[in-house]
Amino acid sequence: MTVLKITELTQYFSGLCALSDFNIQLEEGELVGLIGPNGAGKTTVFNLVSGFYQPTEGLISFLGQPITGLKPHQVTARGIARTFQNIRLWNEMTVLDNIMLAQHSALGYGIRDLFFRTGRYQQREHEIRDLAMELLDIFKLREVAEEKPKNLSYGLQRKVEIARALSSKPQLLLLDEPAAGLPSRDVVELIDLIRWIHREFKIAIWMIEHQMKVVMSLCSRITVIDFGVVIAEGTPEEIQHHPDVIKAYLGDDQL
Amino acid sequence: MESLIQNILNALQWGSFYSLIALGYTLVYGVLLLINFAHGDIVMVGAYIAFFVSSLLLGHYHAIPIALSGGVALALTIPLTMILTSVVGVSLERIAYRPLRRKGAHRLYVVITALMCGLILENGNLALLGASRKKFPEMVDKVIYTFGTVSVTNLKIAVILTAFLVFFLLQFIVTKTKIGMAMRAISYDKFAVPLMGIPIDSVIVFTFILGSSMAGLAGVLFALSYPILDPYMGLTIGWKAFIAAVVGGIGDIRGAFAGGFILGFVEIMVVAFFPSTYRDLFSFSILLFILTLRPTGLFGVPKTTKI
Amino acid sequence: MTKQKLSVPFALLALLMTVMVLAQYEVIDLYIQTIILFIGINIIISSSLNLVNGHMGEFSCGHAGFIAVGAYVSSVLSVALFTQDRVFGAPLLPPQYAFIGFPLVLLAGGIAAAFAGLLVALPSFKTRGDYLAIITIAANYIIITLVINIDKIGGARGFMGMKRVIFAMEDVAEIPWMILWVFLFTVLSIIAIRRFVSSTYGKGIIAIQQDEVAAEIMSVNTNKMKLIAFMLSSGLAGIAGGLYAHVIGYVNPKSFDILKSTEALVMVYLGGMGSITGSILSAVLFTLLLELLRPLQIIKWVAIPLLLIILMQFRPEGIMGNRELSDIFPRLKKFYRFK
Repeated sequence: MTVLKITELTQYFSGLCALSDFNIQLEEGELVGLIGPNGAGKTTVFNLVSGFYQPTEGLISFLGQPITGLKPHQVTARGIARTFQNIRLWNEMTVLDNIMLAQHSALGYGIRDLFFRTGRYQQREHEIRDLAMELLDIFKLREVAEEKPKNLSYGLQRKVEIARALSSKPQLLLLDEPAAGLPSRDVVELIDLIRWIHREFKIAIWMIEHQMKVVMSLCSRITVIDFGVVIAEGTPEEIQHHPDVIKAYLGDDQL
Repeated sequence: MESLIQNILNALQWGSFYSLIALGYTLVYGVLLLINFAHGDIVMVGAYIAFFVSSLLLGHYHAIPIALSGGVALALTIPLTMILTSVVGVSLERIAYRPLRRKGAHRLYVVITALMCGLILENGNLALLGASRKKFPEMVDKVIYTFGTVSVTNLKIAVILTAFLVFFLLQFIVTKTKIGMAMRAISYDKFAVPLMGIPIDSVIVFTFILGSSMAGLAGVLFALSYPILDPYMGLTIGWKAFIAAVVGGIGDIRGAFAGGFILGFVEIMVVAFFPSTYRDLFSFSILLFILTLRPTGLFGVPKTTKI
Repeated sequence: MTKQKLSVPFALLALLMTVMVLAQYEVIDLYIQTIILFIGINIIISSSLNLVNGHMGEFSCGHAGFIAVGAYVSSVLSVALFTQDRVFGAPLLPPQYAFIGFPLVLLAGGIAAAFAGLLVALPSFKTRGDYLAIITIAANYIIITLVINIDKIGGARGFMGMKRVIFAMEDVAEIPWMILWVFLFTVLSIIAIRRFVSSTYGKGIIAIQQDEVAAEIMSVNTNKMKLIAFMLSSGLAGIAGGLYAHVIGYVNPKSFDILKSTEALVMVYLGGMGSITGSILSAVLFTLLLELLRPLQIIKWVAIPLLLIILMQFRPEGIMGNRELSDIFPRLKKFYRFK
């Protein structure tokens, strides 16, 4: 079934057209890539889906329900989680807290429970903590649970960010350049990790990435945009040999 | 009709003070992203400096044998006050703000320091000079011009003219001179500026000189118009001018200028129709209302965050 | 043999008993009692403001406005309900019930202040960081001006009569009631704040401080959290205001102006943004400092800002930074428990 459907998504920033008539459909469990030169509008698409921007035109629907115009926390509560181009972890909190916080919209207790430390509060806090610990175990991050993200290596921080995104039990995971800034050994690990997440969590993953090795080995399907317009769509092999894609990345030598 | 014109004139004069002070706030904020909470108190310092300078020049201190006529004394008081007030402003920058800037301290710490400096100025004044209020000497004869039932003094006209002149001067400096360009550059990207060979400290000092001399000028004019001085006089007018600057769109000189007059108009109009105790209530409420509608102020440019 | 852990509630109870006995038998005089009361009130003021300015990292500059709302609402209620008053006439409820009504009246003041906090916080959503400073300063002025314009509660002259409420309570039992109430509400406030910020729910405001965009996108309803934090902060300030009004017995709008807000700011930044221990410590220190410097009169108000400036230069994170006592002395945890 269709997980995400975007129709005629257009975004203007004070007269500058960042995105024009973007359409896409993601099916359950797909692993799709979104690539394009710098400034093409890829992160803008993610920001629109996340609810961080309100689209100038167009519709976004998730699991059959329209989500255009919802606030980011509502979008996440519906089941879309994401990571960021520049890691945005809460650096003065422990890794464990970072992961627990992502469950904020599904805490299951209210203010009264909190102040009177009711049974429901205690139980839910335990469950939230257990879920976070489980994730840490799965990602082999148990030893750094009480560390602050700023003290971890970049690669580990990336892992924490992805674990945090999964903490809200999403059905669609948006990864914004997960391999950015990673040394090659970590990139290989990352590819395995994403492949493993895709299998284990059975979620749809949509990935923005510049490193071709990552995109080609993971994605079943790739969309290419440039200057806010889709210029190609297809399997990795088709994209690799698509003339417009090559032109966008390497330039037109007829100029 | 005539009372309306009278009120408009009063509003222009009252607004001129707010504008002058708001311009000072905006200059510093535009360059340093610092809300110089001490600015209102610098105005107060300016007024007091003007008091002592003018008293001295008029021959009130018999120990020093000068006795100039009112007009000459005024002509000297104004530049002297502006210069001395700049000294105060620049000293604040060097002693309190610059070390924090050097350390790359969080902006919040600088703002708190500014707030504290203001308190020190107020209470230092109170401690040094005592609680008795000072009366600013008469320097120039009041000339009242009457048009029907509308009357306006030469002082009022001078204040309004000064505000407009200062605005045009500042607008010129910021948009047409090199140092003005440097000031604007710093507000966009503080780190790139020294890398481009612009002496950032000098530009900041210049900004403070400009802002503080405007404050000093406002202080003189205020003291001339409302001759009773007290150490806390900068407090309320400072906060209000600050709010006016924000409503206009802080960081933009035109915003500060407009904001000051808007506040002046609001206050005079409120007092014309309601008991004077309602004045602050209405002013602040209207300002809050404007901010709710246009969060970055009237002339402010909304900045989009990139993630 | 296992060491018996010190139970914190038990220790607090013992402390309360000690102070009350000392006050009852006038071992400590009225002056010292008042200082102790002010310490409690300042603890509430400082830790409540710390919620917004410390944990949430905002810059609210008008805390005194909320203190004023609580002070006035609870004072008018307690005087009208339990005392014979020139303006409000005969007591509406039997004065012997004052000791039951007083905490309720305080809570009413807190709720009114929380509502004021809601009104102030609403316009702040769409605005950028510094603008909260302006909105709160404006709100502070507006609240004071509103009070000045309501003649029935004394306007600029002020409002009094709260001492009679205390007398009504003393008619029932001759004990130092205000010490009891201040102590009780101070402890309750700290417990409330602590429970809030240690829960995953409350940590949402810390996430907002460290990265608001990430918080919003990671499912934290940032607008709602800001509102809640603001209301909790101003509500507690209102309770502090009610206590303050009844300790002094007289309220006047001028005592809640920007200077009082600055006092609150000093305490927060002195103690450390985001540290409850810090807020408590700085409240104690600040109250004592104000008393010690009292003979210096006005110089006091030069010394205190100077202290804060030096603090900003050399130790801007305040006494505790954003840490609690248990972070600095983790082994102390062995010696006490909260049960």
